[in-house]
Amino acid sequence: MSDAIFSVSGLNSGYGQSQVLHSLEFSVANREIVAVMGRNGMGKTTLFKTLMGILPGMGGSVRVGEQELVGMETPQRVRSGIAYVPQGRMIFSNMTVLENIQTGLPASAQGIVPEELYALFPVLFDMRGRKGGNLSGGQQQQLAIARALATNPKVLLLDEPTEGIQPSIIKELARTLREIVKLRDLAIVVSEQVLSFTLDAADRFFVIDKGRFVYENVRANVDAQVISGYLSI
Amino acid sequence: MGGYSLSDLWSIVVMQGFSGLSLFSVLLLMALGLAIIFGQMGVINMAHGEFMTIGAYMIYFCSRIVAKYMPGFMPYYFVFAIVVAFVVAFAVGYFVEFLLIRHLYKRPLDTLLATWGLSLIMQQVFRSLFGAREVSPQLPDWLMGAWKATDTIDIPLNGLFVMALSILVTSGVFLFLYRSSWGLKVRATTQNRVMAGAVGINTRLVDRLTFALGCGIAGVAGAAFTTIGSTGPTSGSLYIVDTFLVVAFGGAGSLLGTIFSAFSIAQVQSLLTFFLTNAMGKVTTLLAVIVILMLRPEGLRPNKVRK
Repeated sequence: MSDAIFSVSGLNSGYGQSQVLHSLEFSVANREIVAVMGRNGMGKTTLFKTLMGILPGMGGSVRVGEQELVGMETPQRVRSGIAYVPQGRMIFSNMTVLENIQTGLPASAQGIVPEELYALFPVLFDMRGRKGGNLSGGQQQQLAIARALATNPKVLLLDEPTEGIQPSIIKELARTLREIVKLRDLAIVVSEQVLSFTLDAADRFFVIDKGRFVYENVRANVDAQVISGYLSI
Repeated sequence: MGGYSLSDLWSIVVMQGFSGLSLFSVLLLMALGLAIIFGQMGVINMAHGEFMTIGAYMIYFCSRIVAKYMPGFMPYYFVFAIVVAFVVAFAVGYFVEFLLIRHLYKRPLDTLLATWGLSLIMQQVFRSLFGAREVSPQLPDWLMGAWKATDTIDIPLNGLFVMALSILVTSGVFLFLYRSSWGLKVRATTQNRVMAGAVGINTRLVDRLTFALGCGIAGVAGAAFTTIGSTGPTSGSLYIVDTFLVVAFGGAGSLLGTIFSAFSIAQVQSLLTFFLTNAMGKVTTLLAVIVILMLRPEGLRPNKVRK
């Protein structure tokens, strides 16, 4: 795809001697939502950590637009336009909701949270004075997304956003992701095990198995049976 | 309390209360730097006392320079010397973080040993530079003497000065940590280093400046110290235990806790040492702290959030 805003090629990664990811290739267009599906231990989190530069990686290329990210430190990558909502959300629990969002803001914003973030997540405005650690799981997930969006990313990575969240909120989360790509110029990559969620949210699907992509399809042609085959144990 | 009249007792309470307040100020100044380095960053810095000593020696150094080259400046030099103490301790802290501490962030035991070694090295450097004998800077006149509130009550001026200084530094640290954008980055980094990096915060720089700031504040504490006692190469190491006690008692990570803890330890110790002996007063305070920490292991003011 030539108009890809985010492209990954030949990406290898792992821990010490053991290689976990084997030459992954994919690209994401602007305003597209891509789901990476797979069971626990298949390399989803490793993939995201490698993309963010939290894990060093073992070669390959990661590009946001024309910018090559491999070789950069994590904060530099964030400034180049990649943002991360990690598994388990990792809210700064002793800081208020407002402060959590402010950590993501660039210096030029001078600590002022853009209206549109609160418009996406009204509950965060109501709770802006509360400590992040005292929010519910669903609210923390919204906060983590808002914090990531505050960095003005071109690519948003979400690692298992539905984990530990009640079903009604999961529906809402899928809607929120669709709204984000409608409002903003960005691409979303989301890793998941919950197929119903990604069927609501994503445009394109990859299945990762033992560190390799074994299935790829767009939403219109996706075969839910095949994907759930990979997800069930 | 046989032998003391009621008005005597009142004077004792006021004066010991005040000496408790100035002990509180000193403890607070010493503990603030450590509350940032140990409480916020989780680094056990055994050389913290030596950074205080740096501050104290800087005051001595400045007083010598001023006395020799510009005696007319003598009444005012102290304020500038405090700034020098802060800057030098900050700079040394900055380099120590760069050379040593940053390699050891995930290894607390190694940090403890390395900083202990560092403290020994620094003590020897002081001994070589300034000699083994204790020194005292020449203090400006306005720091000497006492304010006679009533016939029986004397309030020492140096105590008042240290108190004012610690109020100033404490409010400065609070403003920095809770009102500035740098403070935001510091708190985010100390809570979750990986995540702070993933929202675009340059965590290495934040670590370095935070450590240096803690050392700089230790330098100010050392500077304040010269108004009360003399300075030797090992002066700082005498206070390191008290300082850790204050931070641990207050609850690591909570600045307000550090303030409460310094206040209660200082007041109890000061009143007890008057009526008991010096050693008994300290032992009783220590016992009380241990019992309270057994009942509340996270200190006076732990941070309460869902885990």
